[in-house]
Parts: sequence; structure tokens; C-alpha cells
Amino acid sequence: MQPHTLSIREAHELLTTKQISSVELTTAVLDHIHKTDPLINAFVTIADELALEQARLADQRLRQSEDITPLTGIPFAVKDCISTRGLRTTCSSKILENYIPPYNATVIDRLSTAGAVLIGKQNMDEFGMGSSCENSAFFDTHNPWDLERVPGGSSGGSAAAVAANMGLFALGEDTGGSIRMPAGFCNVTGLKTTYGRVSRYGLIALVSSFDSIGPMARSAYDCAAVLQSIAGQDLKDATSLPDPIPDYLKMLDKPVKGLRLGIPKEYFQAGMEAGVESSIREAIQKFEELGMEIREVSLPHTTYGLPVYYLVLFAEASANLARFDGTRFGLSVAEGAENVIDQYLQTRREGFGPEVKRRIMLGAYVLSAGYYDAYYLKAQKVRTLLRQDFEAAFEQCDALVAPTCPTTAFKLGEKTDDPLTMYLSDIYVVATNPAGVPSLCVPCGFSNNMPVGMQLIGKHLSEDVLLQIGHAYQSATDWHLKRPAVSK
Amino acid sequence: MTTYEPVIGLEIHAELQTKSKMFCGCSAAYSEAPAANTLICPVCTALPGAMPVVNQKAVEQAILVGLALNCTINPMNQFARKNYFYPDLPKGYQISQYDLPVASNGWLNILAGTDPQRIRVRRAHLEEDTAKLFHHDRHTLVDYNRAGVPLLEIVSEPDMHTVEAALDYATRIRAILRYLGVNSGDMEKGVLRFEANVSVRPTGSSELLTRTEIKNLNSFRALTRATAFEIQRQTQIYQSGAEVVQETLGWNDLKEMTISQRSKEEAHDYRYFPEPDLPPLEINRAWVEQIKSELPELPEMREQRLIMQFGLTVNEARLLTSDKALADYYEKTVSLSKSPVKTISNWITGEFLRYVNDMGLDLEHLPFPPEHLAQLVDLVTAKAINDNTAKEVLAGMFKTGQSPETIVKANNLGQISDQDALELVVAQVLNDNPKEVASYLAGKQTVFQWMMGQVARLTRGKADPQVARKLLLQALEKARISK
Amino acid sequence: MTPSESNKPAFSIDADMVKHVAFLVRLGIQDEEAQAFSHQFSAIIDYFHLLNEVDTGDVPPACETSNTRSVMRPDVIKPSMPREDFLKNVPHREGDYVQVPLVFGEE
Ligand SMILES: [Zn+2]
Repeated sequence: MQPHTLSIREAHELLTTKQISSVELTTAVLDHIHKTDPLINAFVTIADELALEQARLADQRLRQSEDITPLTGIPFAVKDCISTRGLRTTCSSKILENYIPPYNATVIDRLSTAGAVLIGKQNMDEFGMGSSCENSAFFDTHNPWDLERVPGGSSGGSAAAVAANMGLFALGEDTGGSIRMPAGFCNVTGLKTTYGRVSRYGLIALVSSFDSIGPMARSAYDCAAVLQSIAGQDLKDATSLPDPIPDYLKMLDKPVKGLRLGIPKEYFQAGMEAGVESSIREAIQKFEELGMEIREVSLPHTTYGLPVYYLVLFAEASANLARFDGTRFGLSVAEGAENVIDQYLQTRREGFGPEVKRRIMLGAYVLSAGYYDAYYLKAQKVRTLLRQDFEAAFEQCDALVAPTCPTTAFKLGEKTDDPLTMYLSDIYVVATNPAGVPSLCVPCGFSNNMPVGMQLIGKHLSEDVLLQIGHAYQSATDWHLKRPAVSK
Repeated sequence: MTTYEPVIGLEIHAELQTKSKMFCGCSAAYSEAPAANTLICPVCTALPGAMPVVNQKAVEQAILVGLALNCTINPMNQFARKNYFYPDLPKGYQISQYDLPVASNGWLNILAGTDPQRIRVRRAHLEEDTAKLFHHDRHTLVDYNRAGVPLLEIVSEPDMHTVEAALDYATRIRAILRYLGVNSGDMEKGVLRFEANVSVRPTGSSELLTRTEIKNLNSFRALTRATAFEIQRQTQIYQSGAEVVQETLGWNDLKEMTISQRSKEEAHDYRYFPEPDLPPLEINRAWVEQIKSELPELPEMREQRLIMQFGLTVNEARLLTSDKALADYYEKTVSLSKSPVKTISNWITGEFLRYVNDMGLDLEHLPFPPEHLAQLVDLVTAKAINDNTAKEVLAGMFKTGQSPETIVKANNLGQISDQDALELVVAQVLNDNPKEVASYLAGKQTVFQWMMGQVARLTRGKADPQVARKLLLQALEKARISK
Repeated sequence: MTPSESNKPAFSIDADMVKHVAFLVRLGIQDEEAQAFSHQFSAIIDYFHLLNEVDTGDVPPACETSNTRSVMRPDVIKPSMPREDFLKNVPHREGDYVQVPLVFGEE
């Protein structure tokens, strides 16, 4: 048995039947990371000591058979935009290279209460701005299926790590596809939760009205187990939802027969890679075999999702990133500064990469007096239409299915020269975030030996339904179990 | 030469008196902080990932002020980010309100000189205070204890046309905030700050010319001096044929002049947009009604009531209601005293307030209770002491906090109205001054006052003047008959 | 979704505008960079003019994603963080204070 290859479900069985200890499991995962990550570069920080300490505590709980959750003793890592007390949190930016938060994000506290074992922090596009993980200020992360290719972004480190068995699950964060797009590129199951379902407190904000934390794991089952621990209202996040939390694991086995699955026609347009389209069509076939009703629906404003997404992103991000000014934490370039404005200009010049600079400048532009109505306000109005599209579609069906990306993972460096082309790779995943709806990425095949992901999109707070459909699909297929060679 | 009249609008920033800050649980009592940077958390120091949550009490206080200023309370509120960089602003934006504030379209009655005037209140919105900066020669130090303390910004329309009107408006707002218990009004601690928008225009015209904005006015004195200075400066500019430039000015208290703050000028594109970390705030009617029921009697209403109830003059009533603690003290004294209301009013608006002002006392923490003042006035009314003695006793009360009776006894200050005692004194005056008695009896009336003076001298001022007068007249009549 | 219709006048954000917005967000940039950003910005913003196709006459702007309303906390004091927890991340400190270079425009 190779412990690092276990799923959460398998590991939980072994841990509770005392066939393995959390320390053994955690050690195996850490060893595998130290062996494998030099090829992948998924981790910004590996926390060996901290991990083993938590594993020992988890083992105590397991020995006493007290207070055990499906995550007790399970090693995991998080995208490096989630604050961890005492453990460096960088957003893969030079400006936070040495920042050590004095507090935990709520999700970290919740996983810690559940007994999960934090093993490290994962690489990302700087502040979540990117679709390939090439915008990390530290290093590129490589796709474990082909080291020449990108893992997707911005939760690229998390997707690559889970695919390469470096941690049993990860917490990613999805602002406009940042969980689903890399999950699809790396053959990982990833859930973008309903906006507000999971507390954002302690998540370093990119777009406060889009950001959603969610699990990235080996299966829908594992995602359900993680969601169970992290979902729910948090009094420190005024946008978190008070709605009751379903028993996600229990809901998984409900039959999908009779559920209505919508195919949004706007997501199946020219430009999609043939292997991607055929994989998705096969998956739809499978859903039909499972007894689901398939119907075509329309989301007429799909084309406008991308501009809406980016305009709101630019605006909010430009404000969210204003606090990085070299005064209270992080990089500070004050040498030669005659006044505080010099310190701001120098620090932010040195501390931010080109994509971050582009976006915060564009944010100031679209919010400026005289431009506000034409850009920001216009985008917020079209955003209302995007939401209405989804609402109308969900009158006719229980979930939608669509590709996560028109192509499989592209080559490193292929799109870095032209920001607009890079933005266009997000075309299928961005619309869900302005609408706030949940979406589950499920591996559904391969095209030219690279993984293809599909996304199931549901109405607000329908994570249980998405996980149920994903689980039914994964019970009937084994795409999600395929692992790249480096994962061994 | 054309004469010009000023057009003044005021923005008043009032810190609200909540226990915790606007968006986090840190204590808002920054002026009592044990040291710099002790009342802080990830939220108010803007650590990455921290998020704001609205303090309900601050919203309630804002609604209370809105109601007191006759505003419409907006059923839908939205917070907004006001973006600018300054070291006292940790997030790089201030959470404020923009197009959907708590309250709008209200008014306040003031006196412009002796003329009543209604000043329109444009809006009142919630925001957060900034950190405190300490400027040194080569660098600046930051203390975040004040960062995030709730602030209410009350914005008037440019309806004031004299410095006096602006001062009266500001004074009344301060009084209302104190009446509502939402702000201590302690200007020295900076809990109330003013910004004045000033322009001038040819007298009689209704146009609005270029205005300037004077920031950092932290006292009534600064408010009046700065607006007066600015009115004169602008008038001179127009009279010399030049144009006023729209700009932000600072007030320099030492040089007594407004100074251009160009460095702040360029950053005026605040790029407001709705705060995505805070869902919209609904203020339903039931909530407003509940708060309305808690609204105390306000200065203007109280002024009217005191005039009706006690027959005070307008000026007396205004003075007594200008501060809630003073009005409370006054009414308490009236209720405890047997003396005529007029006498009590005279004492409080006169000697009493003179001491309070001279000694710089806080009306909420006076050295003696209204019971003592009522006793003092009653001693005067009962002629146990005369006015002069009473003034001495009052001084003693302010100094020692002792009751008037204690002071009178200890210093043997009681007024002599005892007939027998005074008869002896009068007899002695007549005995000692036969020449004067003779000249009085011969018809020289003025000698009488001199003899009264002798009675006062012998009793060291404690003789009840009316009793003494009566006895002296009786004794002189007797002398006339026996002569 | 082609970037722009051919008959539309070319949209451009010039280098001065780039420098202006760079200063608004306190980002030091040099002339050559402003030039490069200017081309990229023009292309990006021009692409976003796609939204002008949508009639949004009566459509209200979306302002929030969750449907929550009126979330407030009671006015209760919570313990503040230990000062050292905050100060240990501060790049330039003097005693208990955070230090920054001179601030202009203050009295
Ligand atoms: Zn705080």
C-alpha cells in the first residue's frame, strides 16, 4: 500500500480501523512531496514539523475514538491565499513573500477542529490573477501529466498537487474558474461553492463578490467530506449564508434518475478542441444512461460573461490590493523615499508582477469619474442579466453541464505574451461567479493524452445535487481515478 | 464697490459613542487606550483577508441622529468604498456610504443673529475614523487605536450666510448629539470635527460662485476664525478683480489663516463603488419606529417647554437648554427648591454658570448636586443669608463640594433677621452717633443710608436689610417723639 | 466574440492616461512601461465594449452576489490581538508605533 495515493474515504477507513496512523500517512505524503515536488513546483511552503505535530494530535483523537470526523488525520494543503497563523502566506507575490499571518482563516480553523492535518501552502497565479499559474512571482508550476504544460490557474499548485498525490485534498479558491479550470487540466475533482456557502474570512481577497473557497480532491465523495467541514455561516464574514448545511455525504447516494440536466447551447460553439467536445458528449451520454433527462437550454448572455467578469474584477481588485503599501506587513521599499508616496510607488512597483499591475490600473480606470457608468456600472447591469439567465435555466433543469475549458492544458509560455488571449481561456468558467452559483468540475476523459474536465453548474446552494450527480458519474466511470506517472 | 455675502455649508464628523468599533470588536475607547496599537485586530489594521461586520449600535445611533434632524431614514442602505492612499487609512479605502446613506433631506432650525432660520441637512452617513498620525521632522508614526471608530458625517446644504449662523448651527448640532447620548461633544478630544464649504457672492444675488473647502476645524473658535478669514479672503479676491480657485484648504491655528493643500487635491478621484464585503442594509419601518420611541426631548422642544412652563425669556431658555446636562441640572434644582423659578433661573444663568465657565467644569461632573444649589437659593429666599453672602457660599460650594448649610454654619455667615438682635445693633448706632441722629431729625434724609451702613458694618454684612431698615426707622421715630 | 467591429474607430488609452491611473493606485511606472501598457489596455478595454451591444435600459445593477441582507454584529467588545502579533510583521517600526516616511499635506 502506498499511503499517499489513498483517497480521503480510503484513508479514513484505515485510520479508524487503526491500520495506519495519521503520523504514518502524513510522513508518507511529506516524503512523496519531497521526492516529487521538485518536478512539479506545486508548493510554496512545506510545513513538515507543523504537519507532524497535528498528525500526532489527530492520532490521539483516533486512539481515543473521540470526536472523529471523516477528515481526522487526513493530510491536506491549501492555496497560498488562505491565511494560516504562524505559516507564511504569500499569494505567490513578492509583496507578501515574508508575511506570516497572526490569525487563521475560518476555513483553516474549521479543518483544524475537524482534525485535518495541514502540510503546506500551494503555488498560484499572483493574487489569483491568471489562468496558468505562470503569474506566480516565485516559479511556474508544471502539469503532472506533462511537465511542459501548465496546470491551469489560478489554483494551479493545488490542482497539480492533488493530481500528483501530494496531499489527499486541497482547498482552492475560485474567483472565475480558478478551481475548476486547473482541476480540469489536471484530472482532479474540484468544487466551486455557492458564493457565501463557505466563509471568506482570512482569504486574501481578489474579488470580494466572486471569491469562493472550495475543495479539490480525488472524487466527488471526497469533496463532499471536505465541504461538510468547511460550509456554514461565519459571523466574521457578513456575506456568508445562514442557510442550514445538508448532510452532503448522505445525499451522495440519492438516485439521479429523473434529474433534468441542461446543455447550454452557448457553451458548445466553434473553437472547442475536438477531443474536449467528444469527451463532454460521451459524458452526456453516460448521464442519459444513468436515467437523467437531457435537454438543451440557453444562457443568452454567455458571450458577455467575460467582460462582466473582468470589469468587476479590475474594479474590486484595485481596491482590495490597496492595503499592500509597505506600511504594516510585507515588502516595503522605503530606501531613498522622500515621503510616504515614494514608499508606496516603490513598494508596489517592486512588489507586484505585471499582470497584477495591469489589473489594478485598469480597475482605477474603470472606476474613474467619467468612466464609471460606461464600464463598472454597465458591467453590474449585465451581471444582473447573467444571473437571470441562470435563474431561467434552472426553472427548466436541475443542473447544467458544460466543458470547463475549450482546450486541454496548453504549453508553458504559450499565452503569456498576450493578456487578452489568456483571459479568453476562462470563457466557460467565469460566468458562474458573477451569478454566485456553484459548479463542480469532474474529470471526463482525455484528449491528446491530457485530461478533459466538465463542469456541472447548479442553482444557489445546490452543492448536494451537483455532488450527487458527480458521484453517480464517478461510480459509473473511472476517469477521476487516473493518475499521472509522477504520482506513484 | 460691490458688497459680498457669504454662502456656507458645514460637514460635521462626529464619532459615535459605541463600545466597539464600526466594523470589528476592538474597543472604541481609543483615548483611554493603555498604549499605542493596543486596540487593534486584523480588521482595523487591514491585514490581508480580514473582513468588516457592521456594528448595529452605530446604525441605531445614526438613525437616532437622522430622526432628530428631521431626515428621511432610507429603507435601503449601502456601504461604499472611498478609495485613496494615506497612511492613516490602512485598507487604502475608507468604508463609507455614497448614494444610499442612512439619512437624508432633513432640517434644523437655528438663529441667524436674532432671526430664526431653517438650515437644510442634506444627509448623514456612517463611515469609519482613521488612524492617528504623529508627524516628526523626518518621519511619521502611526497608531491604529482610532482606526475604525464609527463616525457619522452630517452634511448641511449651503444655507448659512453669516459666521454666526454657521456657529449657531454647529453649536446646536453638538447639543443635539449630546442630548441623544451619541457623542460627548468633547472638542478637545477630537470627537467632533468640522469642514466648512465657503463661497461668497454679490449681496442679493442667488448664484453660487466657486467654493473652497476648509478641512481640520477642530474647535468652534477655529470654525469661526477660519470661515471669517476665508470670507474676507474671497471678498478681497473678487474686489481686486481676480477669481477664487476651487481648492481644499487647511486652517492653521497659529498663523490664523487658511492654507492651500494642493497635495491632497490631485487625489480627489475617490472611485466610490459599493462595498462588496457588506450586504445591503435594510432599515425597516418597525426598526425606525422603535428608535423613534427612544428619542429624548431635544433642545428646541425643551426650549419651548421651559418658556411655557416657567415663563423664561427666550434667551434664558436657549442658554439653559444649550446643554442637556445644564438643562437637567436646572430642572432638577427647580423641582427641589421652594424658591420662585425666576430666582433660580437668575442664579443658574448668572453666578453658577460664571463659575462653571471660569473653572472650565464639566456639567456632568459638578462638585455638588442640584439639591445643594436648591438649598442655597432657598436660604436666600428665606433671608437666612443675603445675596453677597450667598455668592461667598457658592464659591465655597464649588471649592469644597460642601453643602451650603455646612458652609454657612462653619463660617458663621447666617443673616441676622432676628428682631431682638438687630434692635440692639440699631440702638447702638443711635447711641454712638447723636449728631447724625439730630441732623436726620432736622430733615436730612440722606443720613439714613449712612446709618444703614453702620448697621451693616456692625453686623459684618449679615443684617437682613429689610428688617434693619424697619427697625432703624422705628427707632428714629421713637427718638423724634421723645425729643 | 471578435475584439472589435471593423467600422468602429480604434479605441485607445494613451500613455498619459496609463500614468494617471498608475498614480491613482500608487504604482511607480516608467515611460516605456506606460507605452506598453497603453497598447494592452486599449485592446482589453476595446474588447469590453462588447457590452455596449446589450440593452440595459431598465436593468438594475447587481450589487451583491449572496442574497443576504442587514447582517450586523452586536456592539460587544472582543479582545484585541496581542500588539506584538501585529508589530512583528511591520517593516519599519519605532517602539510601539508603525513608522512611515514623511507625510506631506498635513498641518
Ligand atoms: Zn479591530
